[in-house]
Amino acid sequence: MKRLAYFPGCAMKDQARADEAGTLHALALLGYEIAEIPRWNCCGTVYSLAQDDLMRHVGPVRNLVRVQGMGERRVLTLCAMCYGTLARSARFVQDPERLQRINAFMDTEDDFRGGIEVVHLLTLLRDEVGYEKLAARVKRSLDGLRIATYYGCVLLRPREFAVDDPDRPEVMERVVEALGGTPVAFPERTECCGAYLTVGRKDIVEERVERILRSARGGGADVVVTTCPLCQFNLAERRLPQAPSVPVLYLGQVLGWALGAEEPAIADLLAGRPGASEPVCSGGAR
Amino acid sequence: MASELDLSRDRLDAPFARRVEELSGENPYACYQCGKCSAGCPFADHMDALPNQVLRLVQLGDESALTLSAPWVCASCLACGVRCPKGVDIAKTMEALRLLALRKGISHFPLTPDRPCPQIALVGAFRKLTP
Repeated sequence: MKRLAYFPGCAMKDQARADEAGTLHALALLGYEIAEIPRWNCCGTVYSLAQDDLMRHVGPVRNLVRVQGMGERRVLTLCAMCYGTLARSARFVQDPERLQRINAFMDTEDDFRGGIEVVHLLTLLRDEVGYEKLAARVKRSLDGLRIATYYGCVLLRPREFAVDDPDRPEVMERVVEALGGTPVAFPERTECCGAYLTVGRKDIVEERVERILRSARGGGADVVVTTCPLCQFNLAERRLPQAPSVPVLYLGQVLGWALGAEEPAIADLLAGRPGASEPVCSGGAR
Repeated sequence: MASELDLSRDRLDAPFARRVEELSGENPYACYQCGKCSAGCPFADHMDALPNQVLRLVQLGDESALTLSAPWVCASCLACGVRCPKGVDIAKTMEALRLLALRKGISHFPLTPDRPCPQIALVGAFRKLTP
């Protein structure tokens, strides 16, 4: 077993519990001993884009101090937003002057020494597990389920922190294929859903969501899959009556199900497809 | 013989542009107004000035940029920045404009948030829309 420090973030303990459950089930089968970091706090959700706003990096950096305290050199995130803030803040405070100031401010903590790598689940699956090994561990294939892979913003932008090519990403599609699903053409997969505008400008988010869901449905998707809890919320909850009714799930739900976890949402989807006659639990690896 | 033509930014001497540059870390004068940011912005339809126009106002040192709704409609999705041929991260310029307004102590957080609303959205909005 390979030990891996894990930062859950707020959503994994609340709205995205199904994502965490499925992913942790899969990671255990893939040989990881997941160690949740102690006393973690909010990552900050959105990365501060200002040059003089060091205060906004205290949240993410404090979490990195916890990782350091565990004696680990890297930390895993499942949530796209957590990935963005932790990875970018880790880089921002590499500057010695900023590091010194933030350490002076957090005087009750151990000094952060830097050098913690922040890894997103998708990168881990591609670069360390590998698509072939992932496919070999599949217990029940997604049986060609047509999946629209929604990246959103933070996984791909800015370029320096992108988990894949920001213009033509394929990592989520390859993961879906390894699990036996069929990725569909989905032009809006990298376009923003409106993110936190959902708090006060629901109208804008609803318009974005309709476009995104139409794009997914246009590609013939049975389901949309994402790793971002804010995208998932917007795509599922900020839906006008005329928007396509395609369900929106977390990647962890699909991943966990394929590797044998209980996940009623996927079972229902497969059973509800036109032409579905018998349960797709062949148990065979691809 | 023609006298030397001074095309340097010093001629503009716009303190507002310098302040925005300082806060954002992005040089507004790098922009040559190609409009690629605005063409690809998913929120441009809802803005009272397009992203390239916002940047133009900053270049001109025009503080009316602070009264626009555009920076508050920008969701920091960074689609503009990855496409900019001059490498200007315009989302940072938008953030600087938000901060200059917020630092006057005025919150842009909606008084009646749309419900339901998960904590991930609330925290994001608090961090972008309050001083």
